[in-house]
Amino acid sequence: MSTSTEISAPAGREPTAEVPPPASRPRPGRRTDRVAYLFLLPWFTGLLLLTAAPLLGSLYLSFTKFNLLQSPRWNGFGNYVKMFTDDPRYLQSLKVTFIYVALTVPLQLGFALAVAVMLNRPMRGMALYRSIYYIPSLLGGSVAIAVIWGQLFDDDGVLNAFLAFFGVGGRSWISNPDTALYTLVLLNIWQFGSPMVIFLAGLKQIPQELYDAASVDGANAWRRFWSVTVPLLTPIIFFNVVLQIIQAFQAFTPAYVVSGGSGGPSDSTLFYTLYLYQQGFANLNMGYASAMAWVLLLIIAIFTLINFGLARRWVYYEDR
Amino acid sequence: MTTLQHAPAARRRTRRWLTHLALIAGTLIMVYPLLWMVGGSFKDESDIFSQLNPFPSSLDPRSYIAGWTATDPTFTRFYINSMLIAVLAVAGNVIACTLTAYAFARLEFRGKKVFFAIMLSSIMLPAHALLIPQYVLFFHLGWVNTYLPLVVPKFLATDAFFIFLMVQFIRTIPRTLDEAAMIDGCGKVRIFSRIILPLTGPVLITTMIFTFIWTYNDFFSQLIYLSYPSSETVPVALRRFVDATGNSSYGQLLAMSVLSLVPTFIVFLLAQRRIVEGIATTGLKG
Repeated sequence: MSTSTEISAPAGREPTAEVPPPASRPRPGRRTDRVAYLFLLPWFTGLLLLTAAPLLGSLYLSFTKFNLLQSPRWNGFGNYVKMFTDDPRYLQSLKVTFIYVALTVPLQLGFALAVAVMLNRPMRGMALYRSIYYIPSLLGGSVAIAVIWGQLFDDDGVLNAFLAFFGVGGRSWISNPDTALYTLVLLNIWQFGSPMVIFLAGLKQIPQELYDAASVDGANAWRRFWSVTVPLLTPIIFFNVVLQIIQAFQAFTPAYVVSGGSGGPSDSTLFYTLYLYQQGFANLNMGYASAMAWVLLLIIAIFTLINFGLARRWVYYEDR
Repeated sequence: MTTLQHAPAARRRTRRWLTHLALIAGTLIMVYPLLWMVGGSFKDESDIFSQLNPFPSSLDPRSYIAGWTATDPTFTRFYINSMLIAVLAVAGNVIACTLTAYAFARLEFRGKKVFFAIMLSSIMLPAHALLIPQYVLFFHLGWVNTYLPLVVPKFLATDAFFIFLMVQFIRTIPRTLDEAAMIDGCGKVRIFSRIILPLTGPVLITTMIFTFIWTYNDFFSQLIYLSYPSSETVPVALRRFVDATGNSSYGQLLAMSVLSLVPTFIVFLLAQRRIVEGIATTGLKG
């Protein structure tokens, strides 16, 4: 190997700037480990065949009409034009998804932060509370929970039984287009456990001295939260916002299961990815589905860039 | 020193009780849907919806027995499918991601920085942008309705997140260990297998846990690639169960829902601390 020859460089030679002294590490970037390409072979193959080629492939297909069985026919910007001018269901899926993102991200993170603050004190049973609040987050993405959610909010579901107890007449929240989406929002808020765990880890990093100093200055708990906790937690809030937005745009399972794959009632739970699935795999409009995928990619990229752009204004890093 | 000294003891105690009260109330709300599901799976059909009390009067396993065999093939088949896919995916991720991570963390090669940036950005890439061409590829390979589309990508290190996790971890292993081994005549391959790999235990376990949970719950890919009843996994079968049994057997539906959560729950019980740490330190989606 090249490295071993470097180490046993002939003795007595004047050490120059180019030749590192024997015991030191060879400078990075100056040598190549040929065996690296062997280690990277699986990843390179995957990158080429399963990431790069499909990414470009879906861009190409987005300009075609394609039904999997016949070869793609060039369609120019046809798919994109149709989406925004001639497809009310597409616009509906955009609307549903934006409402979902706009509601779930702040509400879920708000709950996560509030509960994390409550749990972040030396207290008996804290670990148990943390586990219990976390469990829905672990199980919530599954088909089983979506099935249960459908039952809880159905006509004869538990929510209505509960409301009847107080003499309030219920209705089927799942099969009503005005409320169906909000039951799914609730399902996502219920899964605030994993951002909560991230917040808890962040809260533990905030030095107690800062709180003590703030109370000496007469700040009450509310003031301490806004003036100490929140500023020092902004990097973690930012991280969670970026992550949750990306994930919320791609939500699929709950809408699919609760609506039986239709996005109903009246397309009120027609999530973007659900409509993409319908177009691509139920109708075999794979060109159209590819165009939808690229628009989703752009939407997510734009939101992520906006997030990073805005971060300069509100995210506080101690080392700056 | 602490802020609490400012508050009188009595007020402090009241506040602590209020916190516990709020947390317990929250616990009840959080857990109720799960309790209702588990309780309902043991109840008579007629009692599932009419009772708010989640606890059944007796532990009647009828719904479990009937639900397990209500489909053709039975849930035994679906569990075998799910477990096989999850175990193979775990193996694939562990093997392919460690190899890749070692190269990025310890080896020098041309274009390393660029490839590292590409690897990082592929973490954020929404899967939908790759979906259709991947499906076309697997379709032409004749892999649709086999496990291969769900498993082979893992052996090609497509879960870049775990590569990143491992690179971060390997960087914390002191390089003096590599150098000592090198002086003893070890090549890069042996340094990997003798020095690095044995020391990556914690991050390997995190990778295994999350690969298992994510693969087991990955409804979307399984829905797309597995459409023969005999190739279906637990989530896909459960989803079809909703249609197949209709309104007639909610008990069975609840029982099978409960069972479908058992594998994830067992992993949680076994590895609770590591899961929580994994999320806290890396932001893994739980």
